[in-house]
Amino acid sequence: MKRLAFYAFLIFFTLAAPFLLPDYKTQLATLWLMIIVAIAWDMTGGQMGYNSLGNIFFYGTGMYVAALIAIAIPFDVGEYTNAFSDKIYKFTDTEYFLGAFVGILGAGVFCAISALVIGYITFGLRGPYFAIGTLGVAIAAGELVSNWEWAGGGQGISLPVFPYDLELGKIMFYYMFAGTGVVLFLFARWLYKTRFGAAINAIRDDEEKAEAMGIHTLRYKLTAWSMSAFFVGVAGGISAFQLIHFEPLETAYQTINLGIFMVVCVLLGGKGTLWGPVIGAILFHLFKEVTWNYLLGWQWVALGVLIVVTVVYFKDGITGWLKLVRPEWFGIRVEAKSQRSPAS
Amino acid sequence: MTSIIEVDEVSKTFGGVIANNGISLQVEHGCITGLIGPNGSGKTTLFNSIVGYHPIDSGSIKFENEEISKKSVQEIARLGLIRTFQQTRIYSAMNCVQNMLISLPHRKMKLSESFHRHTGSDFDKADALLDFVGLYEKRFLTAGSLSFGQQKLLEFAMALMNEPTALLLDEPTAGINPTLINGLIERLKRANSEFGITLFVIEHNMRVIMNLADKIYCLAHGELLAQGSPDEIRNDPRVIDAYLGAN
Ligand SMILES: Nc1ncnc2c1ncn2[C@@H]1O[C@H](COP(=O)(O)OP(=O)(O)O)[C@@H](O)[C@H]1O
Ligand SMILES: [Mg+2]
Repeated sequence: MKRLAFYAFLIFFTLAAPFLLPDYKTQLATLWLMIIVAIAWDMTGGQMGYNSLGNIFFYGTGMYVAALIAIAIPFDVGEYTNAFSDKIYKFTDTEYFLGAFVGILGAGVFCAISALVIGYITFGLRGPYFAIGTLGVAIAAGELVSNWEWAGGGQGISLPVFPYDLELGKIMFYYMFAGTGVVLFLFARWLYKTRFGAAINAIRDDEEKAEAMGIHTLRYKLTAWSMSAFFVGVAGGISAFQLIHFEPLETAYQTINLGIFMVVCVLLGGKGTLWGPVIGAILFHLFKEVTWNYLLGWQWVALGVLIVVTVVYFKDGITGWLKLVRPEWFGIRVEAKSQRSPAS
Repeated sequence: MTSIIEVDEVSKTFGGVIANNGISLQVEHGCITGLIGPNGSGKTTLFNSIVGYHPIDSGSIKFENEEISKKSVQEIARLGLIRTFQQTRIYSAMNCVQNMLISLPHRKMKLSESFHRHTGSDFDKADALLDFVGLYEKRFLTAGSLSFGQQKLLEFAMALMNEPTALLLDEPTAGINPTLINGLIERLKRANSEFGITLFVIEHNMRVIMNLADKIYCLAHGELLAQGSPDEIRNDPRVIDAYLGAN
């Protein structure tokens, strides 16, 4: 009953948020973006033990794929991206919405497939080597794309603005992120209860044992990363239309910003839990908005302190800490040492 | 009788250490075969070679008439040849039931089937096997909080959950309380007779292996020293020497 009320409140707040806090529509949309990339990161990082630092690749690639598809439907991409201001490209409403729909879905699919390819190469790496290997992929991709003139080069790409009232547009983008986030949350909630969820947990806890038991480790790793990449790609695609203009290094493949933030969110909230990434993303986003607004000039220092404090004092994040002090909330039983029978 | 595992002239060296030197042996289908030998005689190395844990220097290893010496650990495990570890490997952060559920035979599962939840019969099977090894009462405890002996039992139950054709057990009684060893021998025999699993067991404890195995191989200094029935091994002067010499 309590649970039902809790979920009802969450659904109500999710739906009503842009009207309750009309001045913060874009921040709320960004909050959902953070929740999406955090849950998606945790799917491999927390649940499977593969800490990717390169998931931003899927965000950036999602942006580009969505934008290029939307442009390619009505226009020639090379001419569009390299046009001077004298030539105006006008999207009809149909072209805009169809382009957004197909582009965003296409971004998800493209990223899911590219995760299979990148994973096939990088999943031989373990621990820090995997983290650095994936980071390398994201950095290299950003450099390559910024030199790719057909795709706008270092200037990036501009997309048309939302064709109706801009406030309505903000509400639409909010719901697109929120909808994706809710779907991802429910998907993760279901996935972690399946045999697949158990298998990726086994890979995290002892991959060698999992191999010795005949678990198809590579297959599960690729599938998990591919599902995670799909959602990050979709989020990137939505961002492309929300931001209107994006650059390859500052916006799309922003390794040191969003690429790191998503990891910090999960560490803050607690790795390998369903709610950890969500809680972490909310706290992180609040922290970031406050420091970026009130501690200008010191915001990066504050962020660094937050990361250090989290890593040093809350190694398992907020949910991990809760698990420790309230294990019964998580259904964990630990036998008290004194009760353990001396026999066996 | 047909042999299910055939090891033929297998050698394995680590740097200058000759861990296995031209070892040949057969594990009969449906039987319990023992592997004994003093510490450092190369027993675990031979297990590791069989399950593909490391490449062998020379020789051939067949499982159900299929050459497996070039296959990876996972490929061999998926053929139904499973091993347990001398140092026990369990998923220590999870409870016993979760450990069991993870050990379902994934080799028999399509990717689409892995997206099902664990069924009632998965849970029943986990409970039944935990009961079989005597861990039913502890099933909701995190595996890491169990004693070493209990972890060995859990690992054995996990291996049974995997429905292997053949199971290699590396010192299953090590660390188990002596008063419980007879019960464990009984369970190993039942796993063999009731579940039809071929067992190949490394055992340091002579009394245990004499009670358990149909046939015993004895290694010393990386070489096959003797083979035969428990009685033959018990009375083999070379075996007695090797054990006395080592201790
Ligand atoms: N991975 C390894 N690297 C180097 N030497 C090893 C390795 N594994 C085993 N050995 C050596 O091989 C010999 C046989 O070891 P092992 O197979 O573990 O013996 P047992 O299981 O019979 O006690 C020992 O001398 C041991 O030190
Ligand atoms: Mg050994």
